[in-house]
Amino acid sequence: MTSTTPLWEVFIRPRNGLAHKHVGSLHAADEEMALQSARDVYTRRGEGNSIWVVPSAMISASDPDQAGENFEPTSDKIYRHPTFYEIPEDVGHM
Amino acid sequence: MTLQTAILELADDNLVLGHRVSEWCGHAPLLEEDLAMPNMALDMIGTARSLYAYAAEIAGENQTEDDLAYLRDEREYRNCLLVERRNGDFAQTMLRQLYFAAFMHPFWVAAQTSTDETIRGIAGKAAKEMAYHIRHAGEWVVRMGDGTEESAARMREAIDALHHYTGELFVSSDAAQAAEKSGILPVRAEMRPTWDKTILDIFTEAMLEVPTVTYDQVGGRAGLHSEGLGHLLAEMQSVHRAHPGATW
Repeated sequence: MTSTTPLWEVFIRPRNGLAHKHVGSLHAADEEMALQSARDVYTRRGEGNSIWVVPSAMISASDPDQAGENFEPTSDKIYRHPTFYEIPEDVGHM
Repeated sequence: MTLQTAILELADDNLVLGHRVSEWCGHAPLLEEDLAMPNMALDMIGTARSLYAYAAEIAGENQTEDDLAYLRDEREYRNCLLVERRNGDFAQTMLRQLYFAAFMHPFWVAAQTSTDETIRGIAGKAAKEMAYHIRHAGEWVVRMGDGTEESAARMREAIDALHHYTGELFVSSDAAQAAEKSGILPVRAEMRPTWDKTILDIFTEAMLEVPTVTYDQVGGRAGLHSEGLGHLLAEMQSVHRAHPGATW
């Protein structure tokens, strides 16, 4: 089953101007069927206007064991957050 | 009443096939198809609803879409025989969908220039849905036809079982001919070249042969149906008949 229909990760763009966001995964024989299945499984309620599918095997993931060294060093560097100045109202949504 | 009959033929095609495809819900071979097939079923049932509502409006007399869908018997149904064929296996279901959508897509595209405003409205939405059905069912036909030995054999069996039901799609009843003359509905026979090309292109890619049909199985437009439709209607209409007038 999984040898003929490998796993794909699905990314949907909700609106023009926004980025594609990971929404889930599915099994499909190839990219064309994966796109169709993604349309049927993940956009039934008008969730988006564009779909990407990527073979799950093509994704390289960070090692959970390295989570500490990867991500914890940022926790005491709050000066990197853009929260120390006020955004003028005219700028709108950032 | 003639226009109502012509609209009912279209509505019945969509409702009966929509119901057939919905029978897969919970039984599809893949989770992904278990969502894809009800999606397609709902497209067709939605189109049927719009058409029944219009047919009821033409009839007047306080008729409703429910009366037309749930209170007519087998002999009063005007759908073509192709759409009532039992689901069979996944190959037969996908092939039947391809045959139907390959006809309905050019039909709805042509109906977008109908002289009737309601038909134009229904056609715009339905044409997009049918374009997707051709793609979805077509991709499966290609993958099964050009797939394993078993899937190819099943596709060939599906063609043997269904191809002689496709001729009826292109035949216009007296009621349809009247609607065609006044420009309300497209001429069914004119869909033939587009249908032939769609099927030939997909079959060629699927390594399948388009058979030569010597005898077309027809009768649905005259209310002469196969045994399967009676069972389908009995199930589909049972709730409405058991609880007349019930609402959510």
